[in-house]
Amino acid sequence: MRAIETFQAPAPAKLNYLNAEYGIKSWLLTKDHKRIGLLYLGSVTFFFFLGGVYAMLIRLELLTPQGDLLSSTTYNKVFTQHGIMMIFFFLIPAIPASLGNFLVPMMIGAKDLAFPRINLLSWYIFIVGGLITIYALLAGGVDTGWTFYPPYSTTSSNSYVVATGVGIFISGFSSILTGLNFIVTVHTMRAPGMTWFRLPLFIWSHYATALIMILGTPVVAITILLLAFERLTNVGIFNPATGGDPVLFQHLFWFYSHPAVYIMILPGMGIISELIANFSRKNIFGYSFVAFSSLAIAVFGFLVWGHHMFVSGQSVYAGMVFSFLSFAVAIPSAVKVFNWTATLYKGSISYDTPMLYALGFIGLFTIGGMTGLFLATLAVDVHVHDTYFIVAHFHYIMVGGTLLAYLGGLHYWWPKISGRMYPEGWGRFSALVVFVGFNLTFLPQFVAGYLGMPRRYHAYPPEFQVFNVLSSAGASILGFGLLIPLIYLVWSMRYGRRAEPNPWHLPGLEWRTPSPPPTENFLATPIVTWEAYEFAPPEETEVVGVLRSDKNLEDADRPIDGEP
Amino acid sequence: MQSWLPFMPESASTIAPKVDALYFYLSGVTLFFTFLIAGVLTFFVIKYRRRTPFEIPRPVAGSHKLETIWSVIPFLIAMSIFAWGAQVYFEQVRPAANTNEIYVVGKQWMWKLQHSTGQREINELHVPVGRKIKLIMTSEDVIHSFYVPAFRIKSDVLPGRYLSIWFEATKPGTYHLFCAEYCGMNHSGMIGSVIVMEPTEFDNWLSGNANQQAPAVAGQQLYESLGCVSCHGAKGEGGRGPALAGLFGRTVFLNNGQTLVADESYVRESIENPQAKLVNGFGPIMPTFQGQVTPDQLIQIMAFIKSLQTPNAQPTAPAAPGATGSAVPGTNSAPSPTQNIR
Repeated sequence: MRAIETFQAPAPAKLNYLNAEYGIKSWLLTKDHKRIGLLYLGSVTFFFFLGGVYAMLIRLELLTPQGDLLSSTTYNKVFTQHGIMMIFFFLIPAIPASLGNFLVPMMIGAKDLAFPRINLLSWYIFIVGGLITIYALLAGGVDTGWTFYPPYSTTSSNSYVVATGVGIFISGFSSILTGLNFIVTVHTMRAPGMTWFRLPLFIWSHYATALIMILGTPVVAITILLLAFERLTNVGIFNPATGGDPVLFQHLFWFYSHPAVYIMILPGMGIISELIANFSRKNIFGYSFVAFSSLAIAVFGFLVWGHHMFVSGQSVYAGMVFSFLSFAVAIPSAVKVFNWTATLYKGSISYDTPMLYALGFIGLFTIGGMTGLFLATLAVDVHVHDTYFIVAHFHYIMVGGTLLAYLGGLHYWWPKISGRMYPEGWGRFSALVVFVGFNLTFLPQFVAGYLGMPRRYHAYPPEFQVFNVLSSAGASILGFGLLIPLIYLVWSMRYGRRAEPNPWHLPGLEWRTPSPPPTENFLATPIVTWEAYEFAPPEETEVVGVLRSDKNLEDADRPIDGEP
Repeated sequence: MQSWLPFMPESASTIAPKVDALYFYLSGVTLFFTFLIAGVLTFFVIKYRRRTPFEIPRPVAGSHKLETIWSVIPFLIAMSIFAWGAQVYFEQVRPAANTNEIYVVGKQWMWKLQHSTGQREINELHVPVGRKIKLIMTSEDVIHSFYVPAFRIKSDVLPGRYLSIWFEATKPGTYHLFCAEYCGMNHSGMIGSVIVMEPTEFDNWLSGNANQQAPAVAGQQLYESLGCVSCHGAKGEGGRGPALAGLFGRTVFLNNGQTLVADESYVRESIENPQAKLVNGFGPIMPTFQGQVTPDQLIQIMAFIKSLQTPNAQPTAPAAPGATGSAVPGTNSAPSPTQNIR
């Protein structure tokens, strides 16, 4: 093995994006993608902990089978608001709008995003949407479930459906603008030499995400608008009493909301590709397969919405087609998992906090993905649809997947973002606590779900209590594990050890500039002459295959397994 | 409510073991791949741990062969699950022959059930072992979902439409009935039980509760009092309106050239919005009955139409003692469209 040469990075500059300007105005009127990324980071963290408070209320209520802590109306509002906060105001924007905003220009060697003003506008739109939604929650809340199914939401619910809908409608535009910005930036602003196939996989996954944001979000915007229109004017769109069709709403809603799952998970997959390659100092195994699997997921993700409606009165044959396509969309995700695992082969694997999160992600995402197959299977879905099985499944994807990736990415780029190191010991400890707490929370829910416990139940038959107690115990561990990083990351901004420009010794462009970077990102326009994740020169490449004859001649003298 | 296997729900219908077999297969595949990935991951992470801080491993080129293998094998496994799942699903949803029909109306927050012999139940359903039961379900207000975990059956219950599921219970006992689609404040209270009895016991139960009007009889009274009789004929033989005898399951030719197979949703639409689908050869002369018949009454009218299987047949349901023409038990006034709008 060769020894690493420290990849060249300039000495820390006196002026960086954090201290170039001071004052609240310099933040609220900034056009710097890094500062806007931080604005998003702060906002989504706030929404996340708000959603977390609701989660804790849910778990407290479900400790006992009787509905004794909250009234049923309050409980219904609590789970609805947990879903709305977490999905629309944390999971969808979390990675792309904070880390993506910060890193997309840096990783392709650009000075900023293509449209810096639109970027700032997108944050304001997001905040306006968020504030309107919070107003709706404070004024009286909403109790329709985050799915807003009519005719309940349009005729029966006595809560702030329209105000919440307006909040979500508005925040959707921030998503569209961010997506637009990413696509134009990746197309037009790559540094000299940064060809498409030298792009880090983080960029590929954000590109695919941006496509979904632009194509999918308008559909949910229209759907919410129609819903509000029916509620306000009683024109029959979804309500059968006035000639509407409630299943039409479900089609429209899931046409966006299923791809939205990929808006949430694809950026996470991008982070994991970075972490796995960089913390094992290896080129990613099958780069082009991983890159194209992101695009395949983005395309096929639009064709599977009907698997949310196997018991909704959809045609049996439509159900079959959607079931088939849902199995097909699982394959690109499986390819990614296998490639990540293969990347570790003969690597130099470190156990730093981001890598612990990445390894946790692969395990939990595998379980989340495999249990997705249960739901794609028509006959099994009939039984487990709308039970805790489904709740457990999507939390494995959303929390075990997206949240873990987000935390891994946050730790990984924290030195670049803040210019400080986080405390490594605390980082590893909290990663472990989160992993244990997460599994204790959601594994029992698979069992409760197959036993038949329906979701969105305020009170439940006593035989399900043991699983709910386990789940609530796990949730408190998980909540504790998530508070630790909040504390030490904030602490490290002032007291953390100063970070070198390239603390992990990596070849990526974002590490070839000071920490924190100057406002213009790079002191000189970088020229890219290397492939993504190129730690060692390509002529040293080893060929792995099922057949020994695949091996290069120069490798013939080396045993394929065992230390070189 | 648990079976002898840990973590498995009671299995009490003919379809349940088939769903469980599929579930075991899926669980096996899941455990295999999870342990495979976790095992390989753990092995690599330990074996290839970083030994010196500045070492650089040799890059490894990708392999099309490996990529193909780990795309195709999961795809084939996925297709085997898909095919098996679709096959069991067809059995779940395809209406079986010779079923006893039970009508289900969901409303916030209760289940109203009625046997074809007239017995009404609320939040309780008595059924015999070994007979095929078909549930014909609709909702009075919002979407509900009829879910019996022990039978592994579930179907949403939609307002304005009639969805049906069937089952055949295999084991006497009392099983949970849940509403699985969130329906508002007391959603978690919209529960009940399905009581499966031995056939003789069930027949006793049925005769002990026989003093209620059969839906077909109530339907006939409605058919007469609402004036359907004047155009469709006393026995559904037709006249100015199309014939109704033997309508269900028959192919109907519409005046726009389309055809459809008559089912509950079509009949309901034709009563509430007669101009929507005109039968070929008939004019748009029927008035709408929207708001004049409740979902319960619609079901009764349909039960009556179903009893008219051949043009000369009489309704077969026995007349219930003490029933009067206008008193239809258990009906509610239909919600007016402007109600509840905020």
